[in-house]
This record gives sequence, structure tokens and C-alpha cells, in this order.
Amino acid sequence: MSTPVLVGRDIHKTFRRGTGETVQALDGVSIQADRGTLTALVGPDGAGKTTLIRLACGLMTADKGELKVLDIEVAADPQQIQSRVGYMPQRFGLYEDLTVQENLNLYADLHGVAGEEREKRYPQLMEMTALGPFKDWLAGRLSGGMQQKLGLACALVLAPELLVLDEPTVGVDPLSRRELWEIILKLVNQQSLSVLLSTSYMDEAERCGHVVVLYNGKVLAQGRPEEVSKLAVGRTFLADPPAGQKARGLQARFLDDPNVTDAVPEGGQVRLVRKDAAVTVAGMVPTQARFEDGFMVLLRQAVGERAVSGSMKVDHPPAGHDGEVVVEVRDLVRMFGKFTAVDHVSFDVRRGEIFGLLGPNGAGKTTTFRMLCGLLTVTGGTLKVAGADLRRAGASARRRIGYVAQKFSLYGQLSVAENLGFFASAYGLRGGRKRQRIEWALQQFELKSLARLPSGQLPGGFKQRLAMATALLHEPETLFLDEPTSGADPLARREFWRRITALAEQGVTVIITTHFMEEAEYCDRVAIMDAGRILAQGTPAEIRQRAKSEPGRHATMEDAFIAIVEESRRREPADKARAGGAA
Amino acid sequence: MTPADNTKDNPLVAKARRIKALVKKEVREMVRDPSSIAMGVVLPVILILLFGYGLSLDVTNVKVAVILEAPSPDVTELVSGFQISPYFDAQFLTSMPRAQELMLNREVDGIVLVRSDAARNLAIEDVQVQVVVNGTDANHARIVQGYAQGAIGQWAARRAAEGHTVNVGPVTVDDRLWFNEANDSHYFLVPGLIVLVMTLIGAFLTAMVMAREWERGTLEAIFVTPVRVDEILLGKIIPYFAQGMVGLVLCLFAAKFLFHVPIRGSVWLLAGTSMLYLLVALSIGLVISSLTKNQFVASQVTLLVTFLPAMMLSGFLFDIRSMPTPVRLLTYALPARYYVALLQTLFLAGDVWGVVLPNAAALAGMAIALLLLTRLVTQKKLA
Repeated sequence: MSTPVLVGRDIHKTFRRGTGETVQALDGVSIQADRGTLTALVGPDGAGKTTLIRLACGLMTADKGELKVLDIEVAADPQQIQSRVGYMPQRFGLYEDLTVQENLNLYADLHGVAGEEREKRYPQLMEMTALGPFKDWLAGRLSGGMQQKLGLACALVLAPELLVLDEPTVGVDPLSRRELWEIILKLVNQQSLSVLLSTSYMDEAERCGHVVVLYNGKVLAQGRPEEVSKLAVGRTFLADPPAGQKARGLQARFLDDPNVTDAVPEGGQVRLVRKDAAVTVAGMVPTQARFEDGFMVLLRQAVGERAVSGSMKVDHPPAGHDGEVVVEVRDLVRMFGKFTAVDHVSFDVRRGEIFGLLGPNGAGKTTTFRMLCGLLTVTGGTLKVAGADLRRAGASARRRIGYVAQKFSLYGQLSVAENLGFFASAYGLRGGRKRQRIEWALQQFELKSLARLPSGQLPGGFKQRLAMATALLHEPETLFLDEPTSGADPLARREFWRRITALAEQGVTVIITTHFMEEAEYCDRVAIMDAGRILAQGTPAEIRQRAKSEPGRHATMEDAFIAIVEESRRREPADKARAGGAA
Repeated sequence: MTPADNTKDNPLVAKARRIKALVKKEVREMVRDPSSIAMGVVLPVILILLFGYGLSLDVTNVKVAVILEAPSPDVTELVSGFQISPYFDAQFLTSMPRAQELMLNREVDGIVLVRSDAARNLAIEDVQVQVVVNGTDANHARIVQGYAQGAIGQWAARRAAEGHTVNVGPVTVDDRLWFNEANDSHYFLVPGLIVLVMTLIGAFLTAMVMAREWERGTLEAIFVTPVRVDEILLGKIIPYFAQGMVGLVLCLFAAKFLFHVPIRGSVWLLAGTSMLYLLVALSIGLVISSLTKNQFVASQVTLLVTFLPAMMLSGFLFDIRSMPTPVRLLTYALPARYYVALLQTLFLAGDVWGVVLPNAAALAGMAIALLLLTRLVTQKKLA
């Protein structure tokens, strides 16, 4: 067996943040990646994946420890490694004002790939990525999925000894994600290429030859993916919710059970991982353990036995009866210049529902949201939120909605309590009621012990909580959340959905966008968006039915998405659908 | 041997090829990105027009009160300069209190007082004329004062030509007027304009485009190729140096054909010293972008470190000699100071080697030091 392409021993790396505190990005990490193998660094945001990848490419220097790539000490000769590996950073690193061909030429020139070598390489890359017809397109005009393929082509132009990809699939649509994986697996299986990549998608880890599970700068486990899945073997079950109850309600109860490690809704059932293999419980059917199940076991061990919090109570459940339409959207259109960001979108949301807008980056979700909240003018169509068009309605109508923006939009220099105080005043609360509402927020969101901390220094999951708390201070009937879970770790995501479920149960209407397809399982109804249009809408079960069924496997939301997008692209000329992803 | 083999064998050929690829990329981006065209071409043109036509330090139609306590033909002739000059809008009075009132109400900016004994003193050829100027705006005041002295001086010169000697009080000649006999502020504004345009393209634009590459992650991607830091820097310096020279040519044409400013020194010397300054500005821009790695911060810092000092402290708008000592000492650290001195000399005086050599040497030293610093602070490292 040849020497590994990457060996790291006891690597430490610390950063100092702008706010002053230090962050231990890598804390004694030892890893190995073998030649001809696909190695994945798996973990949530902040685990240290990107830091490790940048260290391997010589773009950073470790504080302590040993790191060898291609048998070269990285710290001693970074240039040599940089000349021999192909690297695609998280944002692809493309020049948006250059065409596909010009980007490729630039990398070929920089890598000294010329003449016959280039003549031979280009057709291969074009065939592999199917970018041939778009050679003269500016890179900035391509959809996320195509940009990602171009980034890959640029990294492969030199026929690298090691291909390094930092979160190559984050935020791109499931179809592009699947295509990219087909390319990568082909390279590994047919050309024995060595690949090191990072991902926060658990299903991707399952397809790798070697996984390194990272969390908070530490390696929780490494080995073949099956070794991680094995941790949950015999402990994984599927349970049906009692008649008339929703899966998410049962899931919430499981999360409170001290014998349950993890529970998520899946295909109308609840998938759960029990603490012990023990006996089979009535109503639970044993099922095959996945990588994510094993990962959650590891994560629970790492963070200790803290229960998933998130049960919460609203003071005054909104009045009105269920089934009443609170959001009504008809033929909504939004143009930016010649570009149609939202293309004749229509849907209704009823009181107490969780309504999900699903789609990849650039599908038009955020634009739709901003129009609903009255932050953006409408090019065409009508919309009514709480019986009024928020663009024209006064403050009273606006007071009936809460909005959590995609980016953390609180004042980082103000403390948690000061932020709550400011937003309470902004919503017109004062005196006893203001105090009471702030007290409610601190308690329900478990922020009491952190009330004095500047909110910019809160850990990611807590920032999210604070953002949600401020949006609920004025007791809105309808809550809008834009991509609240992107970048959150799996535990934080479960906690977050727990709160959403609790709110909906008490009559608050929730409208939420996400690019995690499996999160559709929490919703009552979803609309699937791509390139500005709604391709399908209905209950998760209805959507799932549209997936092509494969033998031996339940169709997932993602399968359904891919089937729906493929079907719609077959009907439409490719060019039209693609331009939608450029926003 | 195929070209591919060639590059593999010869590291210099490979290096040249990489630099060429980077320059090509930069030029393409420059042409396609409207914001860089706006900053590199449109902004200089606006500055040229603004400074050429909008901003003028010449003072015309200054309202003055001329007080003749005892009017007589001789005395009237003495102040005739105020009446016919385009610079003044004179109003004749006979008593001081009324003039003071006008001054307080800002209806006049100056008072010229010819006392009642003037007629008699004219005979003995010793006239005292008092000039009072509103000093609220010191620069304005100095200019008005100069004009007033000029107006009376002209009369004295006429008298002298007729064989009289007249003492009209101390006459100081403003340096500026020395080379600027046309009394036209374009003469020194246009050279100053060149400093601003070169600073804008050299430092500001370069800092922005480099910071953009840090921000967008494009540098991160090209770092992991055989490219070296010096090649990346040259890939930025070469195209923006060229753009700076285009800006210079634009300004020189505007100077010569739009504002008819004479170029008394050698054009080659002008171009050579401009290149030195451009190198200085480029390296400042690159240093700032490498340190900040953020477009917004880079633009703020560049504005503060290069553009504002070039405007306020380089001697282009305000005379360095009249600045307080600490500020004056500070100006020695400003490259723009040397460049302004060079430009003003080369435009208005000619190839005065005593001025050109030390200033050019200072710029050359700064260029070398800053280029080395640029190389030092730009690393193929993130964070």
C-alpha cells in the first residue's frame, strides 16, 4: 500500500475573533487520508473543517502539530503542495466577469497546462461537467450548480495528485448535488483520484471511503462510514404517530424521553435512536441505521446528556379559528431588470399551519418572503398577509407579523437584554407589559443566564434563539423565518424545530424557507420552488408520492424534489430554467 | 519541442506566462465591470470638469466700499483701479461708519479708506491708503488684500512712469502670482488635479479591486496554483499602472487644450515622475488591501491615508508654509507633497533641477520602500 496523501498529527489552531475572544478551531486533530480514496471531513458549521482544509493547502499555518500532504511538510514548502493539488474553496473562487472558457484558461495558464496537454484535457472536462454549450457565458450568470461544476473543472485542469473541495455542495439544489457526486465518485473509482472534501450533509458522508467526524475542533471518530452507522445499529426504530396526530408531535415527545438519543420525523413516521438496544417497544419497528443516526450518537456523547430543549408556551395564543386563510398569494411576480426572480407564485397559508418554501439558493424564496413582509415592492400579482397588503397597510397590520431575517440582524454590541429591550420599544411595548414580555422571552428561550452578554459573542445556536425571541416579543399571529437553520448544527436544528412545532400547536402561523429537503417533514404543507417558480405544493406525503420509487428504499423529500425538477426541466427548454439560478 | 514542454523546462517562461494570464484576466474584468470604468475613467473626467470649471480660487466681483473723505480728481484717479477692475465691485462712500455697517452686514468684503489729507499728501508724494479686509475666510482675505494692493500698485506704477515716486505702504508680492501672471488659478489647480486622478486610480481603485479578490475568495482559489505572490502583485500593478498613465494623458490633454495651462518643463520628465508617483500610490493601495482584506474598510483607509492628504496637505490647495509646524512636518511623509512640487515646477517654471532632483529622489525612495513592503505584507495566507 502506498503512503497516505495526507497525515496530520495533533494539530492545533486558534483564532482571535474581531470581538476579542479566542476560538479554538482545531484542538489536537490527528487524521489520515489514503491515496485513491475519497475522504470526507464531516461536521456542523464551526467544527473546524474549513480550517483543516486550508491548513492542508498551506493557506494557514498550524499553531502546533505536524501536517504532511503528498509526503511534504506543509509548513516547510506550501508552494510545492499548492502547485500539485487542485483546490475548490467554499465559494468556488470563480471570476464572475470572466466567461466559463476564460476562467478555465486562467487556471490552465497558472498551472502551466498548455499545448497538447490542454487540447486533451479540455474536452474531457467539458464532457464531464456538461459545460460545453455554456463556454461563452459569464461565470456570474451561471446557476449555483453550474458554478460549482466550473469550480471543479478549474481545480481539475492540471490532473492533480490530490483534489481538495471545501463544502462543494452547500446551498446548491439537490439535482446539481447529485450530478456533482456522480462526477466525484467516477473520478475516484475509475481514475483512482485522491479526494479530500468537507461536508455538513450526512447522506454525503455515507458515500465516502473514509470519514473524519469533527465537532468543535475535535475528532469524534474516523474510519469507514459504516463504522459510524454501526453505533446506532439495533437502536434505530420507526414509529407511527397515533391516528389523528402529527409526526412532529410524537417526535417532540420522544425528544423529552430520557431513553431516546435522537428523533426526527421521516416520511410521516418518526425515526428514533434509543439509548440502548434493549427490548423492542410496542409500536416501534426496527430499521436500518444510517450514518446520521450514528453521528447523533457520537454528538450526544460529546455534548453530554443535555436534553433537547425547546418546549415553549406563548402567553396569549392568537384568536381566530384554524383553517382561516391568513396569507394569500396570487400570481406574485418580481423582476430585477430583465431577470425574473419570482415567476407567478400562488399559495395560501392557513392559521396555525407550518408552511415551508423549499428550494435551492437562488430559487426565489427570500425574494418572495421580502415581498410578503412588505420589504420589497411587487412587480405583479396580489398578496394579503393578515388581511392586508403590508406594503400599503399601516403599522397595525405589521404588528401582527414577526420576521426573522436570514442573516443575524441584531445589534452585536448590545447585550441580549438590551436587544430585547430595544425591539420591545420598537414594537411599541412599554411599562409593565414590556418587562413582562422580555421576561417571557428570556425564560422561554433559556437566555436568562446570558442576558448580559453582548449578542455578537453568543454561540451560533443562541444567536438564532435571540433572533426568534425578538421577533415574538409583540406576540405576532404569523411568524416568517428565512433560512433559519442553514449553518446550524443538528442538535440546534432539532431544538429549533421543537420551538416551531410548539408555536404552531398554540395557533401561531409559521412560514419558513429552507434548503434542507428533509426539514419539509416538519411542515404541514410545502411549496417546492426552483428558478422562481413553484413546481409543486401540498402535504409532504403528497410531494413524496411524486418521487420515482426505488426498490428497497423509501422515497425521500430529496428524491421527490429531483423527480419534480427533472420533470419540469424536460418540459421547459433548459436555458430558461437555468437562468433562474443566477440570482 | 511543444510549447508545453517549454514551459515545464524553463521556470522564467512559466512565470511570464502566469503573469500574462493574470494581466489578461485583470484587463477583462476592468473592461466588463462598470464600477472600475466609472472609477478609472468617468471619475477623472468629472474631476477634470469640476476642478477646471467649477472650482476656481480666483476671486471676482469682490464688493468693496471705497471711502473718499475728500474727493478730488487726483484722489479719484488713485482709486480708479477699483472701478475698472473686473475683480472689484466698488461702491463709493464718504464716511467710515456707513462702511463699517456694510461690512458687518457682509454687504462688502473690504474697505479702502483714502483720508481727507490724501490730496495734500499726494503733492508731497506720501499717501497712506488703508485697506481693511473681512478676515473671516483667511484665504479669501489674503487674495482680496493682494488684489487691492495690486490695484493701488498699478496706479503707483503709472505715477512712477510719469516721474513721481509714491509710497503706498508695504507691498508684498504673493509667490503664486509670480508664475501665475495671468492670475489664473487653473495654472496651479490642473497640476493638483493630476495628483488627485493618479491617487484615485493608483491607490483607491487598486485597493478596491484587490480587496474584492480577498472578499470574494478568488485569491484563495488562485493561491493553490503554482502562482507566486510577486506574480499576483505584478498582475495587479501592470494593468492599473497602464490605466493610471491613461488618466495622466487625459489630464495633460485637458491641461493643454481645455485650460491652456503651459507645460514649461519636459513632458518626458513629467511622465517619468508621474510613473514614480503611480508606483507609490499602487503599492499603498496594495498594502492597504492586503492588510484589510475588505472593500469597505480598504476604501475608507485609502481615502484617509491617500486621497484626503493629497487634497489638503500636499500644497495643492493650501500653502504648506502657512501650515502649523506639526502639520508641516507631517507633509514630509506624504508622497503627494513631492509630486505636487514636481508638477507645479514642471508645468509652470520648467526643468528646475534643484527642485526636480530632490523631489524625484524622495518619490523613488518611497516607491522602492513601499513596493518591498507590499511584497512583505502580501502572503499566500488567509487570516
